[in-house]
Amino acid sequence: MLHEQELKTFVDGTTNFFEVAAQQPASIGSPYLMEGAPTVHEYTGVINISGKREGVVYFTAPKAMLTVLLMKMQENDFSHETMRDLVGEVANTISGNARRDFGHDFVISVPSVLTGERPDIPQKPGLRSFIIPINWRSHSAKLVVSLT
Amino acid sequence: MVNNKAVRAKRGLKLMIVDDSNIMRRRIERSQQFEELELVGTAGNGEEAIELFKRTDPDVVTMDLTMPRMDGIECIGRLVAMKPAVRILVISALADKATAVEAMERGANGFLNKPFTDRQLNEAIEELMR
Repeated sequence: MLHEQELKTFVDGTTNFFEVAAQQPASIGSPYLMEGAPTVHEYTGVINISGKREGVVYFTAPKAMLTVLLMKMQENDFSHETMRDLVGEVANTISGNARRDFGHDFVISVPSVLTGERPDIPQKPGLRSFIIPINWRSHSAKLVVSLT
Repeated sequence: MVNNKAVRAKRGLKLMIVDDSNIMRRRIERSQQFEELELVGTAGNGEEAIELFKRTDPDVVTMDLTMPRMDGIECIGRLVAMKPAVRILVISALADKATAVEAMERGANGFLNKPFTDRQLNEAIEELMR
């Protein structure tokens, strides 16, 4: 289960991603805890965590938000494959940055990407999820952190 | 009148970009500092990178670390074994010090964390080329 300071690592990582990669800060809502898996958007990038902690970290966002994010990153390919690539890269970046605080034994997988609003996200039974709401421009997304 | 870009291109150095994200590969490719290098190819994982390296013999490589099939740390060691003079810039989200130290010990010459600004990328490349 995450401590408050550990949760802050992911909030800071999310803040930093939008400030640097999108050059426009996101507004991060108050994180909240929930049982089971939350609803997701059209594209979800999932990172499996192993080593000293186990679980998943995933970034889920609607296509409209990803399209604007790609524009801000000077991309001109807005295909389905590029959307998949982007959600995976966001999840990878935020999870990888978390090693600054969690250390080398916080092992992250390569991203797997799920599409659609009812994907089957692997989750350890009994593990609760922290939801970090992300508001950027007129769009909403979530970072979900579910760790032992 | 001297065309600075043409003069720089005469350095004749070859570049390979390794990252499993197409978006990141294109982003790095767009870097102004790389205008002086000849891009010989891009690879999406360590295995592809080694094959491409053997075929094209690049002088400069940007290397992601978290990739399928063969990760960047192992790939760096293999590339340096084939060509000790190769210059490698790691561009990775992994932000712990131990990973940066491990990459440098394997033979990387620089380390840039994702996410990065254009300026940070250009500065890291400039430093690598010194």
